[in-house]
Formats: sequence, structure tokens, C-alpha cells
Amino acid sequence: MFLRKSYYQHPSFRAGLNDMAAIVPGIAAWGLMTGVAMAKSGMPWSESVLMALIVFAGSAQLAAIPLFAADAPMWVILATSFCVNLRFLVFSAHLREYMMMLPRAERMLSGYLTADLTYVQFVQRFAQGPGADRERMLEQQAYLAAHGGLNWLSWVLSNLAGVFLASWIPQHWGLGFAGMLGLMGIGLSLLSGQQNLGHAMRLLAAVSAAVVAVLAVSLPLKLNIVVAIVAAVALCLIVEPALAARQRREA
Amino acid sequence: MALMTLLTRAFFLIPEREIRWPGWVLRGLQFAPIAAVSAVIVPEVIMTDGVLISSLRDARLYAALAGVIYFFVRRGNGQVVMGTMLVGMSVFLPLRLGLGW
Repeated sequence: MFLRKSYYQHPSFRAGLNDMAAIVPGIAAWGLMTGVAMAKSGMPWSESVLMALIVFAGSAQLAAIPLFAADAPMWVILATSFCVNLRFLVFSAHLREYMMMLPRAERMLSGYLTADLTYVQFVQRFAQGPGADRERMLEQQAYLAAHGGLNWLSWVLSNLAGVFLASWIPQHWGLGFAGMLGLMGIGLSLLSGQQNLGHAMRLLAAVSAAVVAVLAVSLPLKLNIVVAIVAAVALCLIVEPALAARQRREA
Repeated sequence: MALMTLLTRAFFLIPEREIRWPGWVLRGLQFAPIAAVSAVIVPEVIMTDGVLISSLRDARLYAALAGVIYFFVRRGNGQVVMGTMLVGMSVFLPLRLGLGW
């Protein structure tokens, strides 16, 4: 997609780079700390490097770190990263209308590169929806390619730097905990972010998942995480209609 | 995990035709991320080797607390995730290295 001259020569490619450049320092610092945390989790050095190069999903990487440290089986790690990434399903459903005129391979590449901030800034900038004409589509895709591409580059480079730097930092400093704190920041953002759900429901999801994860901690293979997610989602699905009905009665 | 990134980010971009999903799946989607994050973090902060921590002399507790306070003070301003991490670690490291908590 970047090789298309029509994209990188388009003025909105520059706009995408500029918007992303403003957030690069934050992404880079976070990528650096995540890289250090990954390397300190006890996973082999080669796996840390590979993860930094291809995964490109900060919150899923952070969530996977304690699981790798606890030698959880691969499917539990994959299930957890899938759940942490579920928000992207919602993004991709939304982006579909912007992209369906593109070939499938390009859609997939663009989707892979569209992380949280790229999605947010893209749909803010093009809130009026996909363009009917070619020029509008070109403008949107050029922006997306620039923004997502620069995001990918800054994440991968800083993440790799973190993995390499980690070997100079003694283990007992416990720097891996920085990853936990970063993930906590993401969790708090999810909790207070503007989505079409009430605070109460998200809080219920967070608290019930935490309680189940702690109670079920003796389950082998870190299954407590999977059980906690399933239980919390099920509980929310049951409670939500009841809560909505009550609100309707009160209104 | 890279496949998971690709699968989730491009999920609805892969098929050529529109797919209809039952409503409860779409509603459930909105709860899963916060549930997953919470299920991973909370045991890591309040447990050691599968047992609730019994001592309040634990650097993790104060670091997490400082992170939460910072987050709500700064509320939605710019790089809150990064800030939460940095503030938390600036509480964590002195306690861990200075006091051995």
C-alpha cells in the first residue's frame, strides 16, 4: 500500500504523518517499556525479538507477559490476546464501509496496521463516512497508510530497543511490573472511555472478572483468566437487559 | 499472537460479503476487553504464587494505587497510559530497591 505513488504523493499522506508524529513520543516510550517487560518475563530472547517485530498490539503483548512468565499453554495466551484484541473487531466492522472497494490483501494489511489511535483519529477526521468518489477514497486511504505505517514503525523500533536494553537492567528491579501498570492504564481508559455502554456495566465486567480470576487462581494453566472473561461477559449479558429495562421504566 | 492481531483487526474486512451476527455476540464484544485486562492485572497485583498477599509491605500495591490516582487526576488528558506507568514505577522502584518491599 505504501508503494502506491498515488498514496504517498497525496497531501493527506502528510496530514496522517503529522497527526501520528504528535503521538510518536508516547508510543515510543510505551513500546520501550513493553520491550523491557517482555524481555524480563523469562521468555527466550529470540521470542521477544520476534514478538516485537510482528505482534504490533501493545495491550495484548502486556497481557501475555505474566502468562509467558507462568508457562501458560499457548492456547490460553492466544485466547487472552484474542479477548484483549476484541475491540478491534468493532473497529474493523466500522472500517469495512471505508475499505470494501479495495482488494482483500490490501484491506487486511490496512486492518493489521490500524491500532487504537489510528482508528480513533481516522474516524474523527473522516466522520462523514466513506467517500463516494475515487478522490475521496484516495484521500482517506493515504491518510490511513501514513498514520498506521508510522505508528507501526515507531512501535516496532521502540519495542526492539526495549528488548535489547533489558539485558543491562538487573532482574531484581522488577521492571516487568511497568508492563502491568501500563496495562492498568489501558484498563482504566477502557473503564472511563466513551463507548455506548454505561460506566456501571463496564465496572461490573471489570470487577466480576477480577473476583473470578482471583478465586479461580488455583486452576492450572492460567485457566482462571479464561474462566474469568467468560463469566464476566456472561454476567454482563444477563444483567444488561434487566438494567436497561429498569432505566426505561424510570424514564 | 501476530495472527491474532491480524485476525481481529481485519476481521470484518476479510469476507467479501456482509455477515450478520446475533445481537448478543456484538454486545458481548464490548465487555470482553475490559474483562480480559482486569482478569490479567488484578491477580498480578494482589497475589504472589497463587496466594493473596498478606503483608502491606508490598511495592506493587502502592505503585498501582499511585497509578490509579494519577489516572483519575489527569483524566483523559493525552498520554495517560504512559503517565500511569511512569508514576507507578516512580513509586515502585524506591520501595522495591530502597526498602526491599
